[in-house]
This record gives sequence, C-alpha cells and structure tokens, in this order.
Amino acid sequence: MLEFLNRVFGRESSNSKNVAKERLRLVLVHDRANVSPELLTSLKNDLIKVISNYMEIDDKALEVSLDGDDNQVALVANIPVKRMKRVTPV
Amino acid sequence: MGEVIVVTSGKGGVGKTTTTANLGTGLASHNKKVCLVDADIGLRNLDVVLGLENRIVFDIVDVTSGVCRMRQALIKDKRYESLYLLPAAQTKDKTAVSPEQMVELTEELKKEFDFIIIDCPAGIEQGFRNAVAGANKAIVVTTPEVSAVRDADRIIGLLEAAELREPKLIINRYRTKMVNRGDMMSIDDMNEILAIDLLGVVPEDEQVVVTTNKGETVVRDDQSQSGQAYRNITRRILGENIPLMNLEEPGGFFSALKKMIGLK
Repeated sequence: MLEFLNRVFGRESSNSKNVAKERLRLVLVHDRANVSPELLTSLKNDLIKVISNYMEIDDKALEVSLDGDDNQVALVANIPVKRMKRVTPV
Repeated sequence: MGEVIVVTSGKGGVGKTTTTANLGTGLASHNKKVCLVDADIGLRNLDVVLGLENRIVFDIVDVTSGVCRMRQALIKDKRYESLYLLPAAQTKDKTAVSPEQMVELTEELKKEFDFIIIDCPAGIEQGFRNAVAGANKAIVVTTPEVSAVRDADRIIGLLEAAELREPKLIINRYRTKMVNRGDMMSIDDMNEILAIDLLGVVPEDEQVVVTTNKGETVVRDDQSQSGQAYRNITRRILGENIPLMNLEEPGGFFSALKKMIGLK
C-alpha cells in the first residue's frame, strides 16, 4: 500500500533502480580505486625522486595509499621531512 | 585482413554465447566470411547453441597442439556457407592453450575470414587472457543488474589494460516494463555508470530460449524483437548508422488481434 502511494505521488526513492544505481556507484568507486601494489610502489619511488630535489625526506617512513570514503577517493601521502634543502632557483 | 572481436562480460550467464552466435549468424547473412571461436575450454557451449554439437571431430586444443590442421577442426554452419565454428575442447582446461597460441591462431584465421568472433569464458583468469590475446576489438555484454554491471566495469578496466581500447556495450535482457516503473536501470543509467559506447540493446525475449532449444539463432526470426535487435547490432558492426529500436513491449489490442489471426 505504501509503495503504491509512493508511486502515485511520484516519490522516486521507492524505485528499486535508484537503489541499485546508488549502490553500484559506491561499489564502483571502491572497485576502481583498487590499484595494484606495483603501481603504488612505482608512484612512491617517483614521489621520492621529485620531492628529494627540494627537501630531505625519510623515505623509509613514507606512506602512500588510496583512501576512499563514500563519495570520493583520495591519494594520501604521509611524507616525513627531515630537513629542507636550500634550493637555488634556476 | 579480418577483424577479431572478443565477446566478454566478466559475469556468467548474461548472454555472451547467445550474442556470439547471433552476431556470427547475422554477419554471415550479410555474406561475410565469419569464424566463431569458442574459447571456453572445458565448458563448451557455442556448438549446442548453434546446433552443431554432432559435427565436432577436432577442437581448438587439437589445432594449437598440432594434432590437426585448422581446416580439419572448422565446422561449417548448417545454413550459412560462410559461417564456421572452431569448437572448444571439452575434456581439457583453460591452461591447455596459451595467449601466444591464441595470437597465432587468430592471425591464421584473419587471413581467411572477414570476422573472427571469440566467445570469452566468464571470469578474469587465464580463459579471459586467452580470449582477448588475439582480439583487436571487444564487445562487453551485460544485463541491467548490479552484479552484471559491476563485473562489466571490472572487465572494461581489464580490457583497457590489455590494450583493447574503446570496448562497445551490449545491454541484454532489457525489460522496458520494469524500466518504465523504475524497477530496472535504464539505458541512460547504464551509459552513465559504464561510460562506454553503446552497440545495442536486446530486450528480454522468450524467443531466445525457444530458438536456442532448437539449435537456431533468434537473429533469423523476423517476428521477434530480440531478433530485430541483433540484426540492428550486426549492421552497426558493419558500419551502418542504425538508431536504437523502439523497445516498448508489444501488448494491447492490436498485437492480441494479430496473435489471434496468426500473424505472430
């Protein structure tokens, strides 16, 4: 009965396809963010290379990961800086 | 040189084999030389779907392992002179063929056929890697259900990783009535989620079961909606610009009348 009323009054939220779409959207965010460890390692090494031009970092303690919450995925890098370099602008 | 198209989906049971059989038959009806390859080693089915199960002598593993020549393993279709099947082996497993051997095999077939359509097994393991190895185009089949769409999304990623860019989508078992009342994802919903080019939409149709029961393909059934959908997809593959067909389900007074006087 409630479902019928919802339909009569055009309340979209009761439509199961919207539920399906929303669930899929979330699950695909996580599926697509599932990056291979090799890719992360290679990204990490590149990051170290670039950042080391500017500052001395603790590359042993460096952490790179992909974090996803419900709506988005973020690349999170935790990079402890040991010392700043004196960069001479070219 | 022929085109090598792999038909894949990730999830099982969404209609890869049916799609392969119908597109093959459709292309052959346009006088194209077509070879269908069943890459589902251990679970062969394309032969029964085409009604050719009694004619198998050699299979794909016999070819790749050198037991016979390609010509000896190819089975000619019952109706179309230009349609052939290379059946899968039933008693071996997916590791009986390597991706390198599949590349070699498709290279050989390309010289003789206009189209080589590979029926990919479900899953993302070696069977999938074999099926995509020699392909230069890919079709992803899915149904408007969460599980099938999720797997299709994964497969699209894997196809791109295998350098098979721009796969095309076929939405199978579409039920307009359910879509209209908001209980099934629509074509637009699917396009939005998967974001790849749409090759066609095949409505849910009992005739698919009926024709398959008899070892025939629905694409040859002029009366059925799904047959029309497959004929349209065939022509799109051949480069024609065919708009999506009207998917409203037949019903109401006139179709009831037609049924009564035996038009359908």
